[in-house]
Amino acid sequence: MHSLLDVILTTDFAFSVLRVMTPILFAALGALISNRAGIINIGLEGIMLVSALTGVVVSAYTHSAWVGLLAAAMGGTLIAGILAFFTLQFKTHIILGGIAINLFASGGTVFILYLLSGDKGSSTSLPSKVLPSIDIPLIKDIPVLGPILSGHHVLTYAAILAVFVVYYLLNKTPLGLRIRSVGENPHAAQSVGVSVMKTQYIALLLSGFFAGLGGAYMSMGYLSMFSRDMTAGRGWIALAAEAMGRGTTLGTSLTSLLFGAADALSNALQVLKIPAELIGTVPYIATLVGLVVYAINETRRKNNKKLKSKSQPSAK
Amino acid sequence: MQHELLEMRNITKVYPNGVLANRNVNFALREGEIHAVVGENGAGKSTLMKMMFGMEEPSEGEIIVRGETVKLHSPQDAIDRGIGMVHQHFMLVPSFTVAENMVLGMEPKKGLGIHYDEAARMTLELSRKYNLTVDPHAKVEHLSVGMKQKVEILKALIRGAKILILDEPTAVLTPQETEELFRELKGLRAEGHTIVFISHKLKEVKEICDRITIMRSGRTEGVFDTNSVTEKEISRLMVGRDVVLKYEKDMKPYGEPILQVKNVSSGDEQGKQVLSRVQFSVRAGEIVGIAGVEGNGQAQLVEVLTGSLPASSGMVLISGKDIAANNIREIRKMGVSYIPEDRMRQGAAKEASISDNLISTRYRSKEWNKRGFMDGRKIRKLVDDLISDYKVKCSGPAQEIGMLSGGNMQKVVVARECSTNPKLLIAEQPTRGVDIGAAQFIHQKLIEMRQEGCAIVLVSADLNEIMELSDTLLVMYGGEVVAYIDRPSEVSEEELGLYMLGLQKQSEEEVRRASHL
Repeated sequence: MHSLLDVILTTDFAFSVLRVMTPILFAALGALISNRAGIINIGLEGIMLVSALTGVVVSAYTHSAWVGLLAAAMGGTLIAGILAFFTLQFKTHIILGGIAINLFASGGTVFILYLLSGDKGSSTSLPSKVLPSIDIPLIKDIPVLGPILSGHHVLTYAAILAVFVVYYLLNKTPLGLRIRSVGENPHAAQSVGVSVMKTQYIALLLSGFFAGLGGAYMSMGYLSMFSRDMTAGRGWIALAAEAMGRGTTLGTSLTSLLFGAADALSNALQVLKIPAELIGTVPYIATLVGLVVYAINETRRKNNKKLKSKSQPSAK
Repeated sequence: MQHELLEMRNITKVYPNGVLANRNVNFALREGEIHAVVGENGAGKSTLMKMMFGMEEPSEGEIIVRGETVKLHSPQDAIDRGIGMVHQHFMLVPSFTVAENMVLGMEPKKGLGIHYDEAARMTLELSRKYNLTVDPHAKVEHLSVGMKQKVEILKALIRGAKILILDEPTAVLTPQETEELFRELKGLRAEGHTIVFISHKLKEVKEICDRITIMRSGRTEGVFDTNSVTEKEISRLMVGRDVVLKYEKDMKPYGEPILQVKNVSSGDEQGKQVLSRVQFSVRAGEIVGIAGVEGNGQAQLVEVLTGSLPASSGMVLISGKDIAANNIREIRKMGVSYIPEDRMRQGAAKEASISDNLISTRYRSKEWNKRGFMDGRKIRKLVDDLISDYKVKCSGPAQEIGMLSGGNMQKVVVARECSTNPKLLIAEQPTRGVDIGAAQFIHQKLIEMRQEGCAIVLVSADLNEIMELSDTLLVMYGGEVVAYIDRPSEVSEEELGLYMLGLQKQSEEEVRRASHL
């Protein structure tokens, strides 16, 4: 136990929490936007994977990490667009559409990878670029906080910034109002001339954009290459984070941070003498426990609500 | 001649499923009036209004707004022409504030964001102008029904509505809220707005409307100045039989009381009383009809009787046993059968086969199972017998029930419910939307069941059916039993109409005879 605390109570560990939280947070924000519009984007995992590969490939061929990032984000948006096209236009069930996207991404990325690099496992032979990390002046000199907050990957800062952007978008803009109205009562939205389909299209595209950034981070920051199925369930964990965060921006972000901590913990524990296989399960167990806690709370809340409405009949 | 603001000429509407909802309907609206559209459920009021608001398009006929023939393809088209609608089921987003609901789709902007102060100001300004007091910052989910309705009216006004359609606005309101609404509507009229008021509550119509259009069976029965007609005349035009059915029934003494309903009351989610001290009994071999305009508590009464809604007070006894502690399956086991009003959603599983639908109430019992599996051969025989006994026109037992016509689908439901030898049968609108042949077949079946000693509760808005089949008749109005009639065949439609529309009420003593004590 002594050594566990030694591992956790370090600035290195706190730093790594933010580092591993980044892709989950991006994807969770994507999940948040589409969920608020009433569609569960279960294709997040696949979208991230496609974007991760796109970033590597494009940056390798253009010799520019930034062009790679742009391409990754566009790639994510495009895949989300395909999903939107089939589910909104042709009324495919979103779950089936999402599964198709995920399977396609898992196999398709390996196929493309093999075509381009001759390797089915990773992209080490491709000269892909990595996005830079940034030292923040002033903050970096503060003791304790400095080493935690400064020196992160540019996309980690972008993810934190994105929290504010998404909050503003959903709560302060006309588009956000429409997205939320469509998710909550599509008939109401329709009756005042808000196009439900158009709004859901936009929400899904945005969702893909953010998941795309998360994918880019995986291959151009977290690691400096693409490897098969490298997202390892982060798209799913993001959906769980959104659910546990009760569909609010703040809640979703905090839950992402929590899941990031679990992920970081599993990395940190590898220095201890615990079987690696066991440690690898930590983030997933954390997700599972989180969802159970969430479900219990939610049920209790609903029951309370029911009781409340029953205890005050014919008040008028 | 006064200026006609909106006119609907020779409107006919046939729905894709073949239902003829409107036949050559004419409707004209004058500027600045409150115009009532009255009629029973199914008379075609809602269809007419949906066409006026662009939610449906007429199959024939034309709509003329301010002298110009228009085609309304969507609500947006109607809104653009100054027509607004307050739906019976509110079109509001519960988690939004009043102001957010008001400006949704037409948000005032400041930079990239919504100008919330402006939205609140617009709401407040309009709310002051029309004396519809609302708090722009309150969340809609916390508002009372009356408040929500105000928000809906304001929502239409902020979009520039000069013509307001209100679909049964008082159905969900308390008497105090209704009074307030009427004051507001008069205020709107004074401001030059024109209001279409859909209702079947004649007192209200007399109170605030200038003119009345009466509809029955998809046709207009006439347009009147409110002052020139009495409530009785309106009721006569609204309620009436088109064809008179006749059935032979043997008279024989009734048996023991099977169903006893004692002082049952119930409230809805908003705390509004929907059933108030209902009391009656049904004896073996008796058909008790429950008449009334829809929405007067009949649906809730059926829910209480079948166990899907617990009564807030009172008792329901079946063969002397209180059903309060029993779930639906246990109640069915006590010998209760139920033909639900809505065969599409409740009565049948649309995508399942006829066979599966027929055994859905009995597949659990030992009789139909063999060594843990369903006894296919026995079931097959039952299903074949029922299909031929009830003359269900189909390609075979495996056919999807949803493919059948309404009449044949209903026959399957009736076959399932009547073939289990029930002691008590609750038939809710058993022949609604069914062709005459099937309706007569179902009526014969109900009479047959009665001869065999089954106690039957027949809930129906169809006067023909209820007057011919019932041995005794209850009329419900506003959640109460307002009349008990022991010889339904001798009562006139006019008299029944007066009870149904709440214009007349029997004394407590007369109504209590329904308990057959």
